[in-house]
Amino acid sequence: MTITDKGIYCAEANVYIDPWKPVDKALITHAHSDHARWGHKQYISQHSSVPIIRHRLKGANVRGVKFGEKININGVQFSFHPAGHIIGSAQIRVEHKGRVEVASGDYKLEADGISEEIEIVKCHHFITESTFGLPIFRWRPQSEVFSDINEWWKKNKEEGKISFITAYALGKAQRLIQNVDSKIGTIYTHGSIEIVNNLFRDQGINIPTTRHLTSEISQKQLIGNLVIAPSSALGSSWGKKIKPASIAITSGWMTMRGNRRRRGADRGFILSDHADWDGLNKVIDATGASEVTVTHGYTEAFARHLSERGFKAYTATTEYTGEQLIENETPVEA
Amino acid sequence: MKLFTELFRKIDGTTSTTAKTKALVQFFEKAEDRDKIWAIALFTHKRPKRSVSTGLLRTWAAKEASVSDWLFDECYQMVGDLAETIALLLPIGSADKKNTLDQWVRYIDDLRDQTEELKEKSVLTAWRSLGQEERFLFNKIITGGFRMGVSDRTITKALSKNLSINENTIAHRLMGNWDPFTVSFSELLLEANENESNSKPYPFYLAYALDKEIDLLGTPEDWMAEWKWDGIRSQLILRNQEVFLWSRGQELINQSFPEFEILKEFEGSSFVIDGELIVRTEDGIQDFNVLQKRLGRKKPGKKTLKDHPAHIIAYDLLELEGEDLRHLPQGERRIKLEKLFTAFPEQFPLSISPLLNFKSWEELAELRSMAREKKSEGLMLKSVEGTYKTSRKKGDWWKWKLDPYTIDAVMIYAQRGHGRRTSLFTDFTFAVWKGDQLVPFTKAYTGLTDVEFQEITRFVKKNTLERFGPVSSVKAELVFEIAFEGIAKSKRHKSGVALRFPRIKRWRKDKQASEANKIEDLMFLL
Ligand SMILES: [Zn+2]
Ligand SMILES: [Zn+2]
Repeated sequence: MTITDKGIYCAEANVYIDPWKPVDKALITHAHSDHARWGHKQYISQHSSVPIIRHRLKGANVRGVKFGEKININGVQFSFHPAGHIIGSAQIRVEHKGRVEVASGDYKLEADGISEEIEIVKCHHFITESTFGLPIFRWRPQSEVFSDINEWWKKNKEEGKISFITAYALGKAQRLIQNVDSKIGTIYTHGSIEIVNNLFRDQGINIPTTRHLTSEISQKQLIGNLVIAPSSALGSSWGKKIKPASIAITSGWMTMRGNRRRRGADRGFILSDHADWDGLNKVIDATGASEVTVTHGYTEAFARHLSERGFKAYTATTEYTGEQLIENETPVEA
Repeated sequence: MKLFTELFRKIDGTTSTTAKTKALVQFFEKAEDRDKIWAIALFTHKRPKRSVSTGLLRTWAAKEASVSDWLFDECYQMVGDLAETIALLLPIGSADKKNTLDQWVRYIDDLRDQTEELKEKSVLTAWRSLGQEERFLFNKIITGGFRMGVSDRTITKALSKNLSINENTIAHRLMGNWDPFTVSFSELLLEANENESNSKPYPFYLAYALDKEIDLLGTPEDWMAEWKWDGIRSQLILRNQEVFLWSRGQELINQSFPEFEILKEFEGSSFVIDGELIVRTEDGIQDFNVLQKRLGRKKPGKKTLKDHPAHIIAYDLLELEGEDLRHLPQGERRIKLEKLFTAFPEQFPLSISPLLNFKSWEELAELRSMAREKKSEGLMLKSVEGTYKTSRKKGDWWKWKLDPYTIDAVMIYAQRGHGRRTSLFTDFTFAVWKGDQLVPFTKAYTGLTDVEFQEITRFVKKNTLERFGPVSSVKAELVFEIAFEGIAKSKRHKSGVALRFPRIKRWRKDKQASEANKIEDLMFLL
């Protein structure tokens, strides 16, 4: 596979993986907006991503495949394998004449309790992200982070405050819903998150009970409870009505003091759906690949580090954005 | 160390001065006296001298974290702070439960005279026995770069609440050359100092920007006009042969400006002068930046005092020989001030702010247009009959500035320039506070020197958060004074206002992002 100005390209099959410019046939690793974009004639993704892509890209022609299912295009064999990034996120394995390549999209190593756990796919060439590809990024086990989040929620409840936490509508939100201690109170969600929840629930995926935060719900009812919303809601009139509240942001970027200090949030929890430094290195080692292409994040530094460790490592220019502090996900209409 | 770490976390996590004060009060309630002393010392920049070089710390940390030097540098570039980079890179450790802040500061201080080998051993032992946040604080203390976003004023306020002693007394007690290694908490803060009441300043009377046509002020004879100096508003106090210099922020700044100690020689007199602190050399009044540097340096050296001498341009007399004059009309106070000055020896670093001669408002407007040549920002208008009021009251004092409007704003986006300036970030977007949020309200390009652009470019490179094509969003940290000619309501702008001819007036290195103006301040100008 090569990386062109349109996306990750398999010439033998004439298909693209996660292309950022319109193409005929696009294989999509997952439904985040930097990977599933407008304008392709045909989309192929893992089943759970299909309704999300259809919802976000109205009118898109999307075909679903199962994890592990083999599809053949012009003699090239493609299959989707869990990437552990969000529900339904996949690495795409491409096999042609005995050579195996994997485009991993976004991935993480730690089991998050809701996404299908990452599967290590042996390959010759591994295409990786490096959103957090510097050794300063090392995640604590999620159990510890969630016990901090639960403690923060309890404390706010004692102080008669609303706990207002921001998360990506697709992925991080469901991870929070699954893992916070719902015995503390009710989980209210912003409309854009509730839509994603329901798109999953309709497929029979179990997302714990949440309540859509509509205008009928009074601020009084919210006291002591948890509100989950995309970060874009923070400055909106919707978000401003939620008070008295303690505001928390969840992101891998919260590692840095400077990021925690700005944004006017009360707390920053370090929680990411991307692999940390150790995660990236472990997964790459485990694939057995000798060639690695780094597509987004700290590409130069990470590729240099891989070269030092004996890999043939390349960087590529793509339009993937990795985790954003200000969410640039196309907001799903509430 | 636990309480101090907690305090640090709280202060670091908020921009609200109220929240910071509250966190400090809680700390002062619970912490041990020795640790309180160190917290005060560290926050007010009284810290032990650096005992280990940063180069050594880098080397040891890279080795301990098993990262190559270039990768360490890459991380440092990204984080922008050595203490933090090291704390993030070291193998994850668990929090220290044994040692107090006092013990750690002494531990660090003891390193100074050791051999390099012993230093390395001690630093590694410390790193291994501390959690991530504590390591960060340890590194901050060892590298001497403890900047926390807490003003002396906030510390004073918190101690005042905690001890139920008034703020001016606390400010006075915190002055001087106390040594945090030896002074006790009660010696420093609880034992009354005889001369305390000598230092007490008056609340400043603050002027409003002129918000109407000048001729609506009435007849010119009822008004006095002076240049508006671009310095720091200050009160200079001489009582019982002690000299005190207060800035408008109610901070005692004597230590930075020892040149006023000479006033002690003016025996048998006492007075409180209201004026503008500036730096003045043979070449005239120096830039505000020079003054800011002086302000940031406690105990300036001989060279500084010679090259950048401080000076006060006096414009009001609030107290004379123990008598409060504030109830007197401006004109009478002025006469007393002038009389006092005739008695001053020539070598005093003081002068009197000259009154401008004008018979009509037109004449005054003419004078105002010459303000820049006078190194002034415009004019001050004072009603001859006005008394000296408390804080901001409309009516008797007006600022009639050359730049009709200025606002302190935080830079949040930067963009590369064009042509010969493509290597520099030269186009910036500025924001003001709206509650806890920063809202962008204007772009500005001009007004800085190439050297400043270079310095900002370095900052932007280190502190880029995200890139959107050629635009980088940057850490909200740098504050600039933005000047503009007019302001109007605008639906097209997120902030709700549009500015006319915005430009960067100067870089306010003395201000933190939290001290920038609020959206309300902009709205007030509408
Ligand atoms: Zn993603
Ligand atoms: Zn991505």
